[in-house]
Amino acid sequence: MSAGVTAHARVRARPDGRGGTALPVLQGDGPLALRRVRGTPDEAGVLLVGAMSGPLGGDRLTVTATAGPGARLRIGSAAATLALPGQRGGPAEYGVSLAVGPGARLVWAPEQLISASGSDLRVTTRAEVEGDGRLVLREEQILGRTGEPAGTLTSRLTVRHDGRTLLDQELACGPGAPGGWDGPAVLGGRRALGQLVVVDTAFADKPFEPALFGSAETGSAALTPLAGPAVLVTALAPDARLLRRLLDEAGAALGAGA
Amino acid sequence: MSRAALLVLADGRFPAGGHAHSGGAEEAVGAGRIRDAADLGAFCRGRLHTAGLVAAALAAAAADGTDPLALDEAADARTPSPALRTAARRLGRQLMRAARAAWPDPALDALAAARPRGAHQPVVLGLAARAAGLTPLDAAHAAAYESVSGPATATVRLLSLDPFDATAVLARLAPELDQVAARAAEAARRCAAEGPGALPAASAPLLETGAEAHAARPVRLFAS
Repeated sequence: MSAGVTAHARVRARPDGRGGTALPVLQGDGPLALRRVRGTPDEAGVLLVGAMSGPLGGDRLTVTATAGPGARLRIGSAAATLALPGQRGGPAEYGVSLAVGPGARLVWAPEQLISASGSDLRVTTRAEVEGDGRLVLREEQILGRTGEPAGTLTSRLTVRHDGRTLLDQELACGPGAPGGWDGPAVLGGRRALGQLVVVDTAFADKPFEPALFGSAETGSAALTPLAGPAVLVTALAPDARLLRRLLDEAGAALGAGA
Repeated sequence: MSRAALLVLADGRFPAGGHAHSGGAEEAVGAGRIRDAADLGAFCRGRLHTAGLVAAALAAAAADGTDPLALDEAADARTPSPALRTAARRLGRQLMRAARAAWPDPALDALAAARPRGAHQPVVLGLAARAAGLTPLDAAHAAAYESVSGPATATVRLLSLDPFDATAVLARLAPELDQVAARAAEAARRCAAEGPGALPAASAPLLETGAEAHAARPVRLFAS
């Protein structure tokens, strides 16, 4: 019996000694192709380029990215990630592991993850920030393509700073998820959900006040200071376009354009 | 183990201040997301499987003897909304006072001294259950039930909902309450071996964003 695709893409960034950032490791794998793109003068830009469609049921995809001490790394994706059912069935797994060293900056802002009807995907994102490293992490989940029901999607997002867990949250939605996921306590029928996390020790001296964005029609977002040097924006919107607008607005308020 | 102690701890009249909180129901009613008993049922079901599961697991782990300060930190990481963290600590402090009177115990004294402004309520609930001679599963049941009984009672007041309908909502959730309590107790066992990362972290985005919207409202019947 053959399982799905197993692939592990790796990026490692370090200062190049001339004010810029070098990528001593830039290693795609299978459907996870990586391309260096133009960044700002001090920053290395990397795009995840889907070399085939997926993740499909049974696939196990992993991305590991490390911004070493003092490095500036920005990772995006060329297109949305589309979770599809696949022929073998069974869940797919997508793991993202991010590490930000002291004095480093990492922006992780891929395009949307779309949970197509019938798909079953488990996403795990772990980020570890050391010292005065700065992390900007944006994730967006779209439940179903236009007009179709959601697939099954479970995601867990864990953010740690110097070994202490600042944020640990799980979301389960779609067929097979525990009851009430689409109801008035959890998603309330919204189909686009996003998170923007910023970890920055500067918040310890200058904490952000909670703030609200959006409206009942256009979707709404809350900016919440976490118990530690980090802020989370949680956004819920009717569609992907309105979701991005909300996250951009909240990100601008945070000075964290993703 | 005393079964009657569980009734005392889980009694809505236990003087721990829970009646002043709606568990997000007031904001959901105000925003038009709860309009009738069916909406209340969907709200309570969603809350049970997210915030309720997390609270039940924290309570079970505390009752199991896991370090309450580590659990308090795990509760912070699972509660991004500062309004909800404040509410949970306020409720924890009130529960602490009642629990120390009901079941005096050095572990309660130690947590009260370490967190004078209040520890997260489910952590205090678990320690209180332990002091009362109850099991981690008992503590999980109490926390899971509280996660839905508060919003149900509040909605009766907010919508003038028929109390019989609200009670029927809770009764229909009973099998899922048992499942959530069992999952929570199992997670608490894994937590003892693997640490608080093994505890569930199920989140409810509308409860988190709604709590901040609620805190910004000038007129409120409930504190959260």
